[in-house]
Amino acid sequence: MSPLDSDIAHLLAGSMVLLSFLLLYQDRMFALLNVFAFHAFALAGSVAWQAYLQRAPHLFITALIALLFKGVIIPVALRRIVVRLGIHRSIETVVSIGPTMLFGIALVGLSIVVMLPVTQAEGPFVREDLAFALSVVLLGFLMMVTRRNAVSQVIGFMSLENGLVLAASGARGMPLVVEISVGFSVLIAFMVISIFLFRIRERFDTVDLQALDMSRGEAL
Amino acid sequence: MSQLAASGVGLLLALSVLGIFAARRALGTRLVYAACAAVCAALAGVALLGLLAPGAGLESVEIPVGLPLGRTVLGLDPLSAAFAVIVNLAAAIVSGYAIGYGAHAREPLRVVPFYPAFIAGMNLVLLAQDAFSFLVGWELMSLASWALVLSEHRAAENRHAALVYLIMASGGALTLLLAFGLLAGPHGGYSFEAIRRVSSAGVGPIVLLLALLGAGSKAGLVPLHAWLPLAHPAAPSHVSALMSAVMTKVAVYGFVRLVFDLAGPPAWWWSVPVLLIAAVTALLGVLYALMEHDLKRLLAYHTVENIGIIFIGLGLALAFEASGMRAAAALAFAAAIFHVFNHSLFKSLLFMGSGAVLNATGERDMEHLGGLIKAMPVTAVAFLAGCIAISALPPFNGFVSEWLTFQAILLSPQLPQWVARLLVPAVGATLACSAALAAACFVKAFGMSFLGRPRTKAASAAAETDRFSQIAMLLLALLCLLAGILPGFVLDSLGAVTQLAVGERLAPQSAQAWMRIVPVDIHRSAYSGLFVFVMILLAAAATAFVVRRVASHALRRSPAWDCGFPDASPATQYTAGSFAQPIRRVFGSVVFRAREAVAMPKPGDTAVARLQVELHDTVWDALYAPIIRLVAATAERLNRMQFLTIRNYLTLVFAALVALLIIVGTWR
Repeated sequence: MSPLDSDIAHLLAGSMVLLSFLLLYQDRMFALLNVFAFHAFALAGSVAWQAYLQRAPHLFITALIALLFKGVIIPVALRRIVVRLGIHRSIETVVSIGPTMLFGIALVGLSIVVMLPVTQAEGPFVREDLAFALSVVLLGFLMMVTRRNAVSQVIGFMSLENGLVLAASGARGMPLVVEISVGFSVLIAFMVISIFLFRIRERFDTVDLQALDMSRGEAL
Repeated sequence: MSQLAASGVGLLLALSVLGIFAARRALGTRLVYAACAAVCAALAGVALLGLLAPGAGLESVEIPVGLPLGRTVLGLDPLSAAFAVIVNLAAAIVSGYAIGYGAHAREPLRVVPFYPAFIAGMNLVLLAQDAFSFLVGWELMSLASWALVLSEHRAAENRHAALVYLIMASGGALTLLLAFGLLAGPHGGYSFEAIRRVSSAGVGPIVLLLALLGAGSKAGLVPLHAWLPLAHPAAPSHVSALMSAVMTKVAVYGFVRLVFDLAGPPAWWWSVPVLLIAAVTALLGVLYALMEHDLKRLLAYHTVENIGIIFIGLGLALAFEASGMRAAAALAFAAAIFHVFNHSLFKSLLFMGSGAVLNATGERDMEHLGGLIKAMPVTAVAFLAGCIAISALPPFNGFVSEWLTFQAILLSPQLPQWVARLLVPAVGATLACSAALAAACFVKAFGMSFLGRPRTKAASAAAETDRFSQIAMLLLALLCLLAGILPGFVLDSLGAVTQLAVGERLAPQSAQAWMRIVPVDIHRSAYSGLFVFVMILLAAAATAFVVRRVASHALRRSPAWDCGFPDASPATQYTAGSFAQPIRRVFGSVVFRAREAVAMPKPGDTAVARLQVELHDTVWDALYAPIIRLVAATAERLNRMQFLTIRNYLTLVFAALVALLIIVGTWR
């Protein structure tokens, strides 16, 4: 593997981390969906590059799935939901954006500190790829935790899943069937969650999860 | 052989399912118990053959269920065969007793389906040749017996007993799981074969500790005995007999299997904690029993004492084996296993007797019994035999095993370590003390229940129990006597077991003249139960002859001197409380923080004077009560965690993940 190959892989994976930060930063719903689509594009590029490097044609299918489902279908569907629900205004956060970003930087540092010593036996390429993937997972998780709105929580969950796929594609030898089943489970999760969104909306006139807490008699 | 035994376990499980339907009718209940008796008798026979057959096999059956990585391996080696004989012999006779006794159950559906499963679980533990099936059997045994403890669930004390039992049982299973995990090592071969191959150097002491906690809590070692006197009496009497006489033995088996077989060669200091705990267990068990006036609870506390005696034998065997004194180790180990056998016989007998008494009178409290020997002569004779046996009086079997334990204790001056040389005689003195107290305790148990005059109407209206129960009790009494007068055969059949556990067997005993046993050397000590028995018979016959011949034949009835109180009420008799008072005054003020208070009415006041005795369970107060308070307080605080929002839960998960990653990152 030439240094250029490795650099391109790092560029693609690193851009995913950067896009995760961008996801954290967004305060408009449509912008969030756009950034998520870019996130999926970066994932598709990264996986496709891995497929080329590892001479693993089935990874191309994985990249295609990422591109079609996560890059196109899910953002478009979410956009329609957002339009129908009329919630394209600002996103309510629990913790304000600045501290969240700082915490996200700390998480990236943590994942590098954790991953680099653990995977000493592997080549430098896989190690850094795994560190990027763990960062993406943690940032997705952070997004789920710090957002009130259900749609942005869904986005956080999806970006977390993108991180998992990135890790799996870098680690050589994820069977296609695993990827397909994960892809389908995410799709099903998306459908279930969107149905729930509408139900919640019907019942409470909002998708702010705080309303759910209030209906349990526990205003925050 | 192993196939037969494994299919026996399968039969018992099938009976358990069948019991659900059969228990709706009294006849079905009886048939299930009869079938249990037959299967257990067959299992005992198979195990006995496996124990006695020369070169009998480690052949094992593999059953294609189990963990994904391992298979279930069942088989009989000498150790498990010996315990299988003990367990199934007692279980067969208890099942025979239950044919009669179990018909009295108010809700047989709560008992009958679980009873065969309980026996099946115990057999599975013994047959298991891998950790997985061992633990499955252990849990089956625990859960089935828990359900049986809960069978009379309407009494609040039974529910409490079942709860305490369940907590202790799950804790014990957890420690055993950890012990097996340590033994299996990093590559995780969970069959006993694989564990023996792996060198377990280094984990031995931890395994010993875990075995003491896990098997010890099931067996009833102090201070883990707290559940035992609650749970054993709460079950129906035939189940109490099984739990007390048999299940505790399965726990001993678990300890022996872990420590003697799997944990590798012992270090001498392993014996120190075992001996200390065992001595405390023996002494405290009998003291608790003396303070107790509930017949079944008294018996349960006595199980604690006997477990102490057994573990004294096992601790000695560890000490001797580690110091290379293999013959002495074989003696101590054989004494322990012999006592396991004996205790399973006489404790089942005594629980059956107490069950018969409970059925006849509805009373467990000795202070409400009395004079039953006239109404229930067969039960009384059998119970007396059990009392003599458990008090370790010749010619019954209890004497032989305790005598053998003392023979092993007397060999301790040859031990090289001064700690052991000092400790073992102290343990011996404790054992002697507890043996004497046990005799006092059973004088109380038999005397208050069966002698004197009936203290209540229920006691005076008692009638003899049914045929099946009588036959079962007499059979056990006979076995106690036989094992006492022919101990050589028992010891010889234990040869292969001691060979497996400590690598040596005792010299053959059954060829000795007068059926005597010579544990060490003929010039040192020997005991012939048969000789003692014949001498007792001769002396009794001679006395009877002399009394008949020499004394007057004239029969003369005259009123007894009544101390100036005509028509004394039965309440003026010596009571269990008054019998125990001197011993309570000697030991109780420290061990139980016993306080006596006399409330004397003022002169002229016609109110009655009262003597009140206050006893504390020191172990419970010092060990369990703080834990319970801590758990309750923590649960109170954690209760808020039940009502968080989804996002809060996610935050918790996230925080836990980040914390774990930080630990991983900073560890090295």
